Amino acid sequence: MAERTPLWAVFVLPALLVAVALVMAGLDAVLAAGARNGRPGSLREAAVRATGPGREVLRQLVQQPRRTRASDVPLARIGAGLLPVAAVLAAVVLPLGFRSVSDLPEGIVWFNAMEALAWAAVWLAGWGPNSALSLIGGYRFLAQGLAYELPHMLAITTAALGAESLRVGEVVDAQAGLWFAVWMPAAFGIYLLSAMAMAFWGPFDQPVGHDVAGGAASELSGADRVLFLGGRWLLLVVAAAFSVPLFLGGGHGPLLPGWLWTVLKTAAVLAFLVWARRRVPTLRMDRYLELTWVVLTPLAIVQALVVAVVVLNR
Amino acid sequence: MNVAVFWTLAVLAVVSGVMVFRFDSMARATFSLLASLLCVGGLVVLLGLDYLGIVIVLMMTIEMAIMAVFMVMYMMNPAGLMPMTMMHNKKGAAVVCGLVFLLLAAGILFAPWPARRGKAPADPTMDLGMSLMGPQMLTMMTLGMALFATIVATVVLATRRGRYDRLGDDLRARRADDPVRGGVGR
Amino acid sequence: MSLELFLLLAGALFCVGLFGALTQQSIVMLMMGLELMLGGVILGAGAVWHYVAPAAADGQVLIVLAVTAMALEMAVGFAVVTALFRSREVDMTDMAAELKE
Repeated sequence: MAERTPLWAVFVLPALLVAVALVMAGLDAVLAAGARNGRPGSLREAAVRATGPGREVLRQLVQQPRRTRASDVPLARIGAGLLPVAAVLAAVVLPLGFRSVSDLPEGIVWFNAMEALAWAAVWLAGWGPNSALSLIGGYRFLAQGLAYELPHMLAITTAALGAESLRVGEVVDAQAGLWFAVWMPAAFGIYLLSAMAMAFWGPFDQPVGHDVAGGAASELSGADRVLFLGGRWLLLVVAAAFSVPLFLGGGHGPLLPGWLWTVLKTAAVLAFLVWARRRVPTLRMDRYLELTWVVLTPLAIVQALVVAVVVLNR
Repeated sequence: MNVAVFWTLAVLAVVSGVMVFRFDSMARATFSLLASLLCVGGLVVLLGLDYLGIVIVLMMTIEMAIMAVFMVMYMMNPAGLMPMTMMHNKKGAAVVCGLVFLLLAAGILFAPWPARRGKAPADPTMDLGMSLMGPQMLTMMTLGMALFATIVATVVLATRRGRYDRLGDDLRARRADDPVRGGVGR
Repeated sequence: MSLELFLLLAGALFCVGLFGALTQQSIVMLMMGLELMLGGVILGAGAVWHYVAPAAADGQVLIVLAVTAMALEMAVGFAVVTALFRSREVDMTDMAAELKE
């Protein structure tokens, strides 16, 4: 059971998430440059590239923002701002080691609800600028949401079922012996897929795809753009980090302290997701929708059934 | 603290509820309704029903995001760039609603409400689950059947194509003739 | 905070929703009014659970029922609008009423 967390954790949490997101964005920039040039390049070059995202943020903040005609500025602002807020709110139940900012009794449902706010956020950011391409991006994310949400909900429910609790702390405690990823592989795989889809990352980047000139983010500039794309990174970090308490045993591990295990496991999952982005082509959502509804949802239900039978006979 | 939260959420809920019907832009109206319903979810949490409150937040967010699509699809003036009104029978409705509210308020204020019986369980979520899977099983099963019937009914209503369009008149086509090919290659 | 305050708020939401449902011409906007009415019902059920009978789960079951009703109403509503629009190019209640004549 997690003990009470001091109040300062509320302020440390967003800072920590932003730091992790910046490091990961740097890693992604290095990988992107390596893929472009066909060779890794020297260490010095890599270091310069790794600070690229940070410099880009500063550039956007001092740059003159541009506006589209007849845009709905308040809605676009709300959309862009809601994305990082949703990510940080979802992170409230994330345990670092065995402590989270607030270990709510319904933590898993809370995470799901906050992550669903991204649906509204991306659509609003796409609608606000009064531009066809960005609206297409917003619609694509809704289609994507319909595709990933069903098996995603079943997957996280399966983890809760295995621990017989919706409290994230108890889900971690239930994995002191065997990780859930070992005996719920289908749920874990589905969760990783939907973690990418949730942050429109990798094969699911159609909402901000190149074919629609950046999609939902195409008309955002200045602070709005920093918030939106930064919020996307935060969402990716939070979604990846949540797989650790759900399926990878949280802070449990030999020798090292709990918080270090959490950080190591999160870094491993994140590194995998960043790597996978360059290995898998972009999926069209109408294709993926049929796959999720016809294959993944029944698979997730069978997985939940197996777990339920095991739990009943324990 | 709780009282301040209550009044904030209450005022927000009613104001954004009214704004739903005053905004010209459909996107704003939809998300104003979302704000109102999120406040309802917050108030339900305030009443001690954490699980149901969070579920309301989850469901309403997804529902309103989908709703926005249909709003833009079926409204003449979705962005509200040209101010126009789409109301009928305003006066009569105002009278009816005023009367209903007065009636409700009179009932609320003058009814002899019973005193509080019993104490809230330590874990209302567990209580709800036990109830739905025990004494209220029939309710739960009815809900399940209603949901299933809705899925069937909505698909029947909304789609124009049946299986003969997909698989040919004798249903023998090897590959379904869909406007968009699905992901599992059928 | 008291039972009366919560119920008055629920009543206010219900009546705002009723006004919307009665006045709006567009079927989609009409459904938004219905949603708001059901929001009032949810709040009322929660308040009665908390202040009158917290030991029984019936209030909670009522909320589950109302939330499901909201989802069903939305789904069927949009399906009907889609069907109407596809066959008659109609998306307003007044025009749907004229179809009878």
